Order: sequence, then structure tokens, then C-alpha cells
Amino acid sequence: MPAIFPRWTNKIPLAIGVVAPLVGAFLIFAVWYWWSPLYTDMGYRPKQPVEYSHALHAGDMGIDCRYCHNTVEVSPHAAVPPTQTCMNCHSQVQTESPRLALVRSSYETGESIPWVRVHLLPDYAFFDHRPHVAAGVGCATCHGRVDNMVVVEQAEPMSMGWCLDCHRNPEPNLRPLDQVTNMNWDGSPEQAAYDATKDLERKRMPSPPVHCSGCHR
Amino acid sequence: MASKERDPLDPVRGRKLLVEGGPSFHDLTEQVCTPVEQPGLAWWLAFLPALGGLSIFGVSLFWLLWRGVGIWGLNNPVDWGWAIVDFVFWVGIGHAGTLISAILFLFRQQWRTAVNRSAEAMTIFAVICALTFPTFHTGRPWVIYWALPLPNQMQMWPNFRSPLLWDVFAVSTYFTVSLLFWYVGLIPDLATMRDRATTKIRRFAYGLFSLGWRGSTRHWQHYEKAYLLLAGLATPLVLSVHTIVSFDFAVSQLPGWHTTIFPPYFVAGAIFSGFAMVLTLLIPIRKWYGLEHIITIKHLENMAKIILLTGSMVGYAYAMEFFIAWYSGNPYESFAFVNRAFGPYAWAYWIMISCNVITPQLVWFKKIRRSPVALFVLSIFVNIGMWFERFVITVTSLSRDFLPSSWDYYSATIWDVGMLVGSFGLFFTLFCLFIRYLPMIALAEIKAVMPAANPHPPGDDH
Repeated sequence: MPAIFPRWTNKIPLAIGVVAPLVGAFLIFAVWYWWSPLYTDMGYRPKQPVEYSHALHAGDMGIDCRYCHNTVEVSPHAAVPPTQTCMNCHSQVQTESPRLALVRSSYETGESIPWVRVHLLPDYAFFDHRPHVAAGVGCATCHGRVDNMVVVEQAEPMSMGWCLDCHRNPEPNLRPLDQVTNMNWDGSPEQAAYDATKDLERKRMPSPPVHCSGCHR
Repeated sequence: MASKERDPLDPVRGRKLLVEGGPSFHDLTEQVCTPVEQPGLAWWLAFLPALGGLSIFGVSLFWLLWRGVGIWGLNNPVDWGWAIVDFVFWVGIGHAGTLISAILFLFRQQWRTAVNRSAEAMTIFAVICALTFPTFHTGRPWVIYWALPLPNQMQMWPNFRSPLLWDVFAVSTYFTVSLLFWYVGLIPDLATMRDRATTKIRRFAYGLFSLGWRGSTRHWQHYEKAYLLLAGLATPLVLSVHTIVSFDFAVSQLPGWHTTIFPPYFVAGAIFSGFAMVLTLLIPIRKWYGLEHIITIKHLENMAKIILLTGSMVGYAYAMEFFIAWYSGNPYESFAFVNRAFGPYAWAYWIMISCNVITPQLVWFKKIRRSPVALFVLSIFVNIGMWFERFVITVTSLSRDFLPSSWDYYSATIWDVGMLVGSFGLFFTLFCLFIRYLPMIALAEIKAVMPAANPHPPGDDH
């Protein structure tokens, strides 16, 4: 009886034995790396309608985060400021700058500037800024050194695992309640000396939820 | 001397002959392989209704995915409903295959060779049917892999303290080992099919799956060893899988579920229902395919005896549950059982009792256990009874738990029925494809238990 399969097919099991682990390892790597928000979301840097520089305003001029994002302590959402907030200064300074034309026209017409949202959590994740700010988690802890960003980008993966890392062990990310908006806190000698458990300003240590319905309500 | 009732004896072993009519090895090969090579009209008559059932399954699943599990009759206290009933029903059916293939093999019960191939196929198809129910009951089957402990950026793990997760491991292990066992047993027969194949496609397909089997002594040596090892691996699974399925109930604290009798009671019930399904399948098949001399009356009788044994164990468990409910003095437990027998689901309870407790006792009569028709009818009743057992356990306890204010009556919708009927469609479709493309009798094994396989036949002086 003639052979059904040619001789080289004898090598198939060996080839499978060699190739299959490699393919498996590659698939694991592919999902682990390319599927992760670390790859898909981190570094997202959309072009904004107005070339607003946080590096200039928050960094060089040292405007406090809360001057513009004023609802962060009292609302789940840290507000993107209305054009009126810009005009508090820009009715006096740089009034003729062509780069601010959209701001001025927005002020005149009442039409909002179409800012592009950078940090967007899924709808099924419930997030509230208030308890985070109240616990003394710094702005820079999640948003990065915005004071150095000419164009704002997402500095952290904002994946569920990333949230849980802090929820399971919040202490390293806590700072005195009056240092929340301090962009220079991390790596400072004050941070090295700070112990949240001995901070008399704190009434209690935060106990962030790690169960499903803590964030998925 | 030998009356007409007596089975013919094997001249070598002095025991009942396993293959009657004294066919030669070649006759046997012809009888088993011909239906695969030249399917008759009977196959289509079975396959087309099965396909119809499968399409019901498809429609039910489509509508389920489109609308969500709300199309089922689930309500607030009864959030498990038919999905878990059908799951346990199908997993239970699978147990006969593993028992026949593993435990009877280790105990050298040679009659298993006539039925093991189809019983193992039945196991695999039943587990496939079973797995669809929890998969779709999750509501989001596209993320069913979340049930596996895979590292992920969400740092989300299944709950290792939940018996539902143990179930994932138990049933998937069971499926894997059953499939391997079945496949390893198939290899020599696939080689037979390959060598008989007349078309190129058949030769290629059977050739591929027979893995280059040439029947050399070395092949047989490896084969026997692998088969023995797999039998050893599969044996604990016969007991463990339904034990863990019973934990789904027993580990909760609901009256009627939270009982230590559940694991053995579930295992006995599973084997009971599994053998009933083997009879349901094999009695018509042996008739249609003329295999009555291979799957003999003696085989049916043996299986009927196992049904009698396990059915009596199940009956004992029913009685013991009631006894403990009274003896424990626990009012909730007592209520749960009185409610089962006399509450709103009493109709289901008494269907279960009459099918599962009374029916198997008929097997005491030799006339009944040697009559294929009687056994077929009986096996249908057992199938019905065992489905109702899972229904009674699931629904009566859930619908009336500790808080009367949350009590509610559960009834299934047309889509629950569609899923159950459809799962039978899936099961029979797979089974029809099996008898269409694979030898349904383990040829290599059965030849080894025929008198002709003995190197020292009677009259031989060596």
C-alpha cells in the first residue's frame, strides 16, 4: 500500500513541539503588552483646539490646579473651566494673541471651546475625585507632572490593576492634605520624612474599597 | 441442561459469551465498519430531527444573546432555574461513560468493550451540552474566560472559595480526560478505517487521526500503557466531578441544599441517569444496525443491574434526606422537605419519586431486565425522573427560602424549553455524526475478548 503521507510529515510533531510553545509565548506577550492600557491608553496626547500649555500656566506661573479645576474638592468631576475663567486674565493679557482667537470668540458667542478629553474612565467604573483629594492623594499621583506638559497627555495606564495597586496599599501615595496640588512633592525631602499614619491633620486613614461594587456600582 | 433462557458460554473462559453467533474477526470488522462507510436511510431519519433540534438550540441562543437572560423564567428568589437544572442533568449523564471506560476497565469487566466507545462519546457530547448552560447563564459568554484564573491587568481573579469555580476546574478536567481517553481508544480503530478507506479524503482524515498507527508490538505496548494510565486518571473523576457539582448546592446554606449527603447522592444519581441514557441510545442502535450479537441481552442486563443499584441508592438518599430533616429538629430543614413533597412543586416531586424510586425496582424482574423494549421505556422514565430531581432540588429550595416575603413561584418560559430541547438536538446531532464517521464499537478491544483471540483454544494441548 502506498504511503498516504510523504516522509517529511514525520517531522510535523517535532515542529509542533518547537513552534507551539513559541506561538503560545508570543500570544501571551501580545495580550499582555498590546492589550494593556499601558500600551493602548498611556501617552494619549490629543491635539487641543487651543494650544494651552499647562507647563506655562501651572509650571512657570505656578497657578494652583484648583484655580481652573475648581470643583475637584466638592464634586466627583474636576471641572474643565469655562471660557470665562480664561478671560479672567486674558481680558488683560495677550488680548491680541492670534493663538487665543478661539477663546475670545467663545467668550463672545458663549459657545464652549471643544476641549478634547484626555482622561476617560469607562462608564462602568464609578470614580469620584472628592474622596481621593480628601485622603491626600496628589493630583500628580494620577495625572503626572502636568506642570511640565506643554500638551497634556495621559501619564498613567488608569487600568483596573493600576487603581487596585493603590487601593490595596494607599499609604505610599498619601501626602499632607495641604500638599495635594503640589507638583514637586514626589521625590522631595518632605515626602521622605512624611508618615501618613502620624499626621495629626488626618482624622483617620483612608480605607479604599477593593470589592467589585466599590467602583462598579 | 441449558434452557432457552441461558446465555451461550465462552468455551475458553467458561463465562457468558461476549460476542454471540461466533463471527470471525473479519465479520466483526465488516459489521462495525459498514454503517460508517455506507450509511443507510435510518441514519438520516435520526440525523434530520436531531438537526431540527439543533436549530431550536441556535434560535434560542441567538435570542438569548440578543435579549439577555431575562427571556428565561428566572425571578428574584429563583435565579438559577432551568440553566443549572439542565447543566447538572447533562453532566450527570456523562458519568456512565467514564464509569464504563475507567472503572470497569480497571476491574477487568470485559463486557464493557461492547459499549464503551459509544458511552464515552455520549459522555463527551453530554459534557458539551452541559457546558453551554453555565456559559450562557453568565449573561456575558464572550468573557467566559474570566472564569479561569488568568493573570490580567484588571488584577481580577475568580473567587477560589466558590464551588462554582471548582466546578470550572472539575468539569474541564473531566472533559479533557474523557476526550483523551476516547481518542486514545479510537486510534487502532481509526487505523482500521484508514486501511479500509476507498476515497482520498477518508484516507487522509483517518490517516491523520490514527497518528501513523501500524499495529506493531511496540505500538500496542505504548497503547496499553497509555490506556491504563488514563483509566487510572479518569477513575477518581467519576467520583469527583459530580461531588463538586453537588458542592454548588451543598456549600451554600440554603435548607434542602446544605446537606452532607449531597456528594454520594449526586454521584449515584449521575451514574443512574448516565446508564439510563446509554440504554436509551444503544437499544435502538443495536436494533437498527444489527449489533444485537455484540451488544447482547446480557450487556443490557448488566447495565440494568447498575441502574437498579444506583436507583436504589438514590431512593435511599431521598428517604434519608427526609429522615434527617425530621431528626435534626431544624425547623427550616423540615419545612424545606415538607414543602418539597406537599408544597407548590409537589407535582414535580412526585414525578421524580415515581420515575426514580419506583421504576428501577422493576429491574428485579428478570423478564423486564432482559427485554429491550421494557428497558428502553424504563430508561426514558429514569431520564425524565433525573431531570426532575435536579429541578426539585434547585427550584423548591430557592423559591421558598428563609424569608417568606421573598418567596415566589418560578415557571419556565418557552425559551427555557427551547434551550433544553435544543440541547437534546445538539446532543443527538453530535451522536449521529459520531456513528456516521467513527466505528461505534471498540473493534480492537472487542476482538481481544473473543474466544478466537485466545492462543490456547479448547482442545489445545499446550
